[in-house]
Amino acid sequence: MLDRTHRFRRAAIVAAVAIATVALSGCGDTGPKNKQNALRPKGPYANKILDLTQPFFWVAVIIGVGVVGGTIYIALRFRVKPGEDRAPKQVHGNTVLEVSWTIVPAVILAIMAVPTIATIFDLAKKPAGPNVVHITVTARQWWWEYHYDDGSNIETANEMHIPAGVPVSLTLQGPPKCSGDGCYANGVIHSFWVPELNGKKDVVPGRTHFLKLQADEPGTYDGQCAEYCGLAHADMRLRVIAETPADFKAWEQRQTTARAEDVLKNGVNDKQWNCSSCHSFAPTKPGAVGPNLAHVGDRQGFAGFKYEMTYDNLWQWVWNAPSRKPMGKLEQHMPSFVDKGMSQEEAKKIACFLLTETATTPKTYPECQSS
Amino acid sequence: MTTVEDAHALVEAPSRRARLLERPRATTGPWSWVTTVDHKKIAIMYGSLATVFLLVGGIEALFIRLQLARPDGTVLTAARYNEFFTMHGTTMVFLMGMPIAAAFGNYLIPLMIGARDVAFPRLNMLGFWIFGLGGLFIYSSFALGGAPDGGWFGYAPLTSTPVSAGYLPGRGTDFWSVGLIMLGIGSVATAVNFLVTVINMRAPGMTMMRLPVFVWMMLVVAFLTLFAMPPVTAAMIMIFMDRNFHTNFFNAAAGGDPLVYQNLFWIFGHPEVYILILPGMGIVSEILPVFSRKPLFGYAIVVMSGIAIGFLGWGVWAHHMFVTGIGPVAVSAFGLSTMLIAVPTGVKIFNWLGTVWGGAVRLATPMLFALGFIAQFTIGGLSGVMHAIVPSDTQQTDTYFVVAHFHYVLFGGLMFAVFGGFYYWWPKFFGYSLSERLGKVNFWLMVIGFNLTFFPMHFLGFEGQPRRTYTYPKGMGWEGLNLLSTIGAFLIAASVLVYLVNIFYSAKRQGREPVTSDPWDARTLEWMTSSPPPEYNFPEVPIVTHRDELWHRKYTEDDEGRLVKLPAGGAVEVAEHGAVEPGSIHMPSPSYWPLIFALALPTLGYGFVFKNWWIVALGAVIGFFGVSGWAIEPSTEPDVHPHMEGAH
Repeated sequence: MLDRTHRFRRAAIVAAVAIATVALSGCGDTGPKNKQNALRPKGPYANKILDLTQPFFWVAVIIGVGVVGGTIYIALRFRVKPGEDRAPKQVHGNTVLEVSWTIVPAVILAIMAVPTIATIFDLAKKPAGPNVVHITVTARQWWWEYHYDDGSNIETANEMHIPAGVPVSLTLQGPPKCSGDGCYANGVIHSFWVPELNGKKDVVPGRTHFLKLQADEPGTYDGQCAEYCGLAHADMRLRVIAETPADFKAWEQRQTTARAEDVLKNGVNDKQWNCSSCHSFAPTKPGAVGPNLAHVGDRQGFAGFKYEMTYDNLWQWVWNAPSRKPMGKLEQHMPSFVDKGMSQEEAKKIACFLLTETATTPKTYPECQSS
Repeated sequence: MTTVEDAHALVEAPSRRARLLERPRATTGPWSWVTTVDHKKIAIMYGSLATVFLLVGGIEALFIRLQLARPDGTVLTAARYNEFFTMHGTTMVFLMGMPIAAAFGNYLIPLMIGARDVAFPRLNMLGFWIFGLGGLFIYSSFALGGAPDGGWFGYAPLTSTPVSAGYLPGRGTDFWSVGLIMLGIGSVATAVNFLVTVINMRAPGMTMMRLPVFVWMMLVVAFLTLFAMPPVTAAMIMIFMDRNFHTNFFNAAAGGDPLVYQNLFWIFGHPEVYILILPGMGIVSEILPVFSRKPLFGYAIVVMSGIAIGFLGWGVWAHHMFVTGIGPVAVSAFGLSTMLIAVPTGVKIFNWLGTVWGGAVRLATPMLFALGFIAQFTIGGLSGVMHAIVPSDTQQTDTYFVVAHFHYVLFGGLMFAVFGGFYYWWPKFFGYSLSERLGKVNFWLMVIGFNLTFFPMHFLGFEGQPRRTYTYPKGMGWEGLNLLSTIGAFLIAASVLVYLVNIFYSAKRQGREPVTSDPWDARTLEWMTSSPPPEYNFPEVPIVTHRDELWHRKYTEDDEGRLVKLPAGGAVEVAEHGAVEPGSIHMPSPSYWPLIFALALPTLGYGFVFKNWWIVALGAVIGFFGVSGWAIEPSTEPDVHPHMEGAH
């Protein structure tokens, strides 16, 4: 008898260690404040997903703990001691048991299926109404391009402004660069994902996909490309900035007006560096290769949101981008201007110009004060 | 037209026949291995090379974990990281998982069904050499202009765009696509061989419903392989054509569709998951009864659910594509089919537990691994069902949650079964047992390391960490769990090291405890012959009267169903008395031809990758030479008796 209690104690210890490991690795980390957490939904769509997931997650946990615990329990309970020669009863099967453990899981799964399918169709429904904001998302190598479709025609990159409390309808597409034989510039598959606002959706060349977002409250929500898209896949990040509808309107207003293109081009010495061959300086025109620069100073990050928009980050990027983000042998990418003879001073001057002169609400940059 | 008389003449006068190469005669030494057609030797070569690839893929995994241990890791460059995760997946699926199953299948299927060899010994040899040379071919890319870096799944158009666009630097994807075509040829050859062997070569009385479950599962795997390899081969040809000859299969700009690739790949890729896991389920189904001293609980339903998985496995591929925009109707249908496949899987788990329940359980190393399989595979199965909840999957897919999920299935499941299989059959394979003490260290290190590595990944996925990213910035809150995971990975490495030490340590001690034909008190035919078995397996082909034939020669049940030992004799005697003259057993003779034909494939491969038509022509000539020589060579030389010459 003593032996049996000893055995059970050991089983209990094993089970406790297992559960503690699970709990520690799970709960010890309840909230990375990364604003990219599917467990912390901040809008109706992401909420709907988590609400659907949670009950099934706990059912899975219960079944999992049951089977794992049961396996350990059975193994220990029926263990033979060294030297013991036991002749167990030869059971070949049990039809009632076998049929029931076929049917019970099937029933559980059938129950799961009902809300699952309801939610699938719910999330596939396109939002309608005058409030809905429509944005076309174009996945580039390796950054995001946004075009606001509701008349404003704003072009921007990586950082998406949306009104809070309002559904946003996204049209996801690959770059419409060229067509026909011998054209391979339509990019690769990416996946647009902002976990706190909704699940992800792939961006597939040649197709247009729909995804909706909604944030309950103003705030920033991070995301990143979730489908492997080559060398700098990890550096293809993005940010959604939700504002009150009034603030959003004001932002839209500011973005549609910009300084004259010529002023901007002069500011970056376009004659020498030919920035405009890739970038656009008109607020509603997409760049041929790179992001629109008309309001780049307003943004919080750049280069697929790999970098925060700071003076140091920006001038180093302007000066020698390939050393700051893997570009590999990409046909078209931000070149190394240091190789084209650009001095550090020149790069810093261009960075200062972009930071202060393209922003509608410029911050102060001490490094840029003297010029 | 060859008449019957001609055929007789060929057999009777072989020495006068024109031949291209002298038949190999070596029975010992390296050449006996290179030219062998013996299923056991081929199995050991499969297993050894797969273990080498296990180590290589494992080292790649360790580098991946080192890179991700801290934010902004600098252990690997982005390019190198992408090569390593691509090759880790490719290696573990094609160069470790499938070959290791082929190793067990090759060794055990003939023994378990009471046959002397597989149906097509030279085809068997071909399968091995294609695997070996194909693996070397893919790995040679590291030295020849860059390794594959498009992911083991290699989605178009990332992989199908010509190299000049620079989406993926280097020729790696060419090596990858050609290499997978090659490996596919080898896998199909092996699958055909296993199919015919199981269907045609069973000993008298070995009916289908008396087959060991492992053989059943390998039969299902052979069917799956046979039908799954063609679509992926087609996809690889299209990738190669798009990259190199400017076709437009997946080029959206010219009307191609990238999703066609995904459909082709996953209609291979999901059956592939079952190709990998079913052998593991078979191994576990053999170990559990032996170490519980009970028959498998519900043999028929375990077999039938394996077959059901084999069929349903064809109807779930698009659950890899829930976020690719295939529409709510399609994702609902594939969500339902994915839920459905959980049913036969659950049945197996419960039947395994039913097998152990009430048994006399010996917690030897093979049993520990088998029990670990049940527990961990269940966790992987449950997270798999969570993917079937499509909206949840839109958060989970392409994150570390998925990495956790399939490692619970393929590592916590398949690899634990494989290690259990190593410890269980080692005495049969090599004539000595692995140390139980080291085996238990191996097991516990692996359990702890495995769970430490992969359990935290569930949470990393929910917290937003995508897979296949070479780095992550500071401040994402992923640092702690990633570090834990890296520590776990090194514990796994330590456990594998213990396993390797065990092999050599136990080999040195061998002879101290001679291994009998049946060291575990087992149930199936392979334990009726000596350890290791002679080349001809069984001196006399056994006549089978029961499922678990050997068990029924040792035990019977009393009226209450309790186990009763029969008086000694019977089976063991047959195996060891050696009444039959070995030389009178006609075994297939060794051959060069399958190896020569196999050499043609990487030659062709290099020719295509470097677009050197002279090399392609050379490969074609070698291939033609190999096939021709093979065709006119009889499978057995009547004038050569390697067993006689080999007998000392």
